[in-house]
Amino acid sequence: MSPVTRREFLKVGAAGAGALAVSGLGFEVALAASTTVKQNLRIAGAKESHSLCPYCAVGCSLVAYTRQNSDGSTQLLQIEGDPDSPVNEGRLCPKGATAMQLAISPRRVTSPQYRAPGATGWKSVTWDFVLDKIAQNIKASRDATFVTTDGNGNTVNRTEGIAFAGGAAFSSEEGYFATKLMRGLGLVYLEQQARV
Amino acid sequence: MTNHWRDIKNADLILINGANPAEAHPVGFQWFMRAKLDRGAKIVHTDPRFTRTSAVADMYLRIRTGTDVAYFGGLINHVLQNNLFHDEYVRNYTNASFIVKDGYAFNEGLFSGYDPTKRAYNIATWSYETDPATGYAHRDMTLQHPRSVFQLMKTHYSRYTPDVVSSITGIPTADFGKVADLVGQMGAPDKVMTIVYAVGLTHHTTGGQLIRSGSLLQLLLGNIGRPGGGMNAERGHANIQGNTDHAISWDILPGYLKIPAPGQKNRDDYVAQSAAKKQDPNSWNFFGLNYKKFLTSTLKAWYGDAATKDNEFAFDFVPKPASNASWMTIYDQALKGKMQGVILSGMTAASIGPDTNQVRQALANLKWLVVMDALPTTSSEFWRAPGVDASKVQTEVFMLPTTHWIEKDGSFVNSGRWSQWKDQVMPPDGQSRHDHWILSDVFHRVKALYQSQGGKFADPIMSLTFDFADPLKPTLDEVAKEINGKDLTTGKQMTSFALLKDDGTTTTGDWIYVGSYLDSGNLMKRRSGVEDPATNDPTGMGFYANWAWSWPLNRRVLYNRASADLSGKPWDPARPGISWNGAKWVGDVPDYPPTMNPADPNAYLPFIMNGEGVGRLFSNGMADGPLPEHYEPVESPVQNPLHATNSASPVAFYYDQAAGRPNRFGTPQEFPYIATSYRLTEHEHYVTQHVPHLVQLQPKPFVEIPEELAAAHGIKSGDQVRVSSKRGKVEVAAIVTKRLGPLTVAGQKVYQIGIPIHWGDVGIPADADPTHGRYWLANALTPFVGDANARTPEFKAFLVNLEKL
Repeated sequence: MSPVTRREFLKVGAAGAGALAVSGLGFEVALAASTTVKQNLRIAGAKESHSLCPYCAVGCSLVAYTRQNSDGSTQLLQIEGDPDSPVNEGRLCPKGATAMQLAISPRRVTSPQYRAPGATGWKSVTWDFVLDKIAQNIKASRDATFVTTDGNGNTVNRTEGIAFAGGAAFSSEEGYFATKLMRGLGLVYLEQQARV
Repeated sequence: MTNHWRDIKNADLILINGANPAEAHPVGFQWFMRAKLDRGAKIVHTDPRFTRTSAVADMYLRIRTGTDVAYFGGLINHVLQNNLFHDEYVRNYTNASFIVKDGYAFNEGLFSGYDPTKRAYNIATWSYETDPATGYAHRDMTLQHPRSVFQLMKTHYSRYTPDVVSSITGIPTADFGKVADLVGQMGAPDKVMTIVYAVGLTHHTTGGQLIRSGSLLQLLLGNIGRPGGGMNAERGHANIQGNTDHAISWDILPGYLKIPAPGQKNRDDYVAQSAAKKQDPNSWNFFGLNYKKFLTSTLKAWYGDAATKDNEFAFDFVPKPASNASWMTIYDQALKGKMQGVILSGMTAASIGPDTNQVRQALANLKWLVVMDALPTTSSEFWRAPGVDASKVQTEVFMLPTTHWIEKDGSFVNSGRWSQWKDQVMPPDGQSRHDHWILSDVFHRVKALYQSQGGKFADPIMSLTFDFADPLKPTLDEVAKEINGKDLTTGKQMTSFALLKDDGTTTTGDWIYVGSYLDSGNLMKRRSGVEDPATNDPTGMGFYANWAWSWPLNRRVLYNRASADLSGKPWDPARPGISWNGAKWVGDVPDYPPTMNPADPNAYLPFIMNGEGVGRLFSNGMADGPLPEHYEPVESPVQNPLHATNSASPVAFYYDQAAGRPNRFGTPQEFPYIATSYRLTEHEHYVTQHVPHLVQLQPKPFVEIPEELAAAHGIKSGDQVRVSSKRGKVEVAAIVTKRLGPLTVAGQKVYQIGIPIHWGDVGIPADADPTHGRYWLANALTPFVGDANARTPEFKAFLVNLEKL
């Protein structure tokens, strides 16, 4: 008799009482299957997606379960370690295990915020307002601090007065894209978490 | 990491320095425990603090923070003096036999070429004696030449006797001797040791050399390139590795190509000054040979049709920095009034950097600050931090709500270089937008302004490529394809970086990622894992070649040609990396031409990425010396026992001094205790201050104080204490502990205080605190100084005073 894996366990659970007919799998499965008759799994019928832990760089794989609500919203039901990963084999630390509370939080910033020089509070504003203002600031600072040729006559084409720092929870592709755009604007001050 | 997480299970001996994996990387730590439980591996934990890692280690050594060069130097000396090195490996796979130029010297803590006014070295003497005709280095395979790297190294480290090591590190000589005995066994070909480290090594003014000293030991023992071996950095965040690979870093372009420098007029100038040169007839010098192809293919990916042969593929478009432009330099420039705007996209300056109070002044000196984040940060709120009069802060501040990782797809690259793809699980929350969509939107608005108004050199802005279905909303799948690159003649995705060209007919966003996204699909999505080990890991070595994708070319252990002997036979047949089967190399993806017969007299040397073709024990690639040397932290309670006249690194970068501001360093008289900072299992930097369960598990800031020191100050666990440095203070609860204890260093007793970093003035705990966490940020204490090579701050060793409140 082979031991029951989590994968088989879930299949059995999903199949409901009919799974009792799978006789070779042993007592534990029969017990679990009979339990599901009384109490459906929280993730029953959920969509299974694959994610990764957003915290340290072990790179633990996650399985995330979501359900579409009748109002069209998506509900995150559960995040757990992915048992197939050669990195974590299903295990998570306290941070990874509570990743749901990072994803779904009442503390999220809900709209673009603007704080004028000297103001003592934030003002909620539109995306167009902030994006236009930031674009104007970038152009003004770039034009004011751009060096085409340095003191030795070398072509350097650099923007000296703007710096960009990118986040350690960027997807790699976002990071690449940010590098490309910021170098495109002439930035030389580019940083991220590696040094600090 | 040269290796990867699961590979640590293959080690016989695990040295852990400047790291606490059981608490900071707990799930990765299972592979350390598998090595211990399954193959009887020994674990040695050397750290200022006794942690859960120490609790399961076979030996724990309490070390004074920042002195690991002395520890590794002592082990190097032990291995050299007792002929315990891996002879065949050292002779053939390292530069031990290379002859160094006459004129190289080391005296009283200074290498030859020091210029005290510039606080910098002229490194001309740190190079090989070469044949004028070929440019190749002279070698002495007997290793007896007095100027051979081997003999210079032997002399250099002969000063690191057990007594000296003990005097510097505080490790008792008897304990050091036991570790030396264990390490000394690892030069046998059928034994292998790994060294694992984290920011406890990097966060010092000697950070680069701390790591190099471990690498030297590994090369001497023949442990680089082998499964179960290597020099392995545990990265602290989900995707620092990917961000570094893709060069969100001032000094590089994607794939670790150097950023072009002023004075380079074309690609050939750039390659001449940036790429390695072949130093031995059998060296392949693969990186150096292909540098121009890699650069050209990236210029072509970025500037598209505007990159032509006639304009050197738009080489002039790439900005060329005047000098260092790293993290602290950004805020230093702001203090000088030269920085106008900063964009923090998922980063927070106020808590991350050293010297919080000075960084806040720098932020207040900016014209504008953009913070893009899902949650408020110490930077988005810096203008109203406790004690700050918001009405006096003239910085214009923007806070843009962004999506979380789970609301977008894309890859994360873990410490072991495995690039793993994730699904978009959730739609964007509320009004939040993806960082890359925001950046694209802003970029296009800037472009429109240049189109309508004109302005300074807009050509790069006008020609930057956006080959996406919707340029304002590129998908990460589209970007991943661009990173891999394509053959412009056939339109097919590139399959190997070896096929890139310098004539503008190929593209790549990052050459080390060529092969990650083929015409057949995205290999980072592969999921053949542990559900079927027999199929997915046939060698049992843990490579799992069809799980995700690992750079370069899906290689799981870097430098793996060095895992086999000269004839191609694995040093330990039970733990093969690659091996020569008579016709080709088999095992891991070889770091070598796949069918190059090792018996061929022209066969390449094993380390194909550098000019020598072998591992560098002696290197002119570092700003602070060709061999690692122990220097004291900038703030230290003792003078360097090796050379008191050059106690701290003579080339550490003192930002304040260089800018004409007074240095703010504490003396041992005012600030008698050593402090070091670290992280806890339940928190990740600062973002978890917003996560209720984690705040419940670790609710309040504290410092750890050794029992004896606490008793002397009448401090009990739970008392409020003030820990202050020359730059700032924290006022938090004390935890009195046996985990830290006194050390005898240079004949005197010293204490170390431990400071977890996670708390600040933003988050759930601060919201509940009457002072709003005014004196909680650990980095209020840390000095504004940098390593000479990387400008990494000295977060991990500084002086403080302690008072009971």
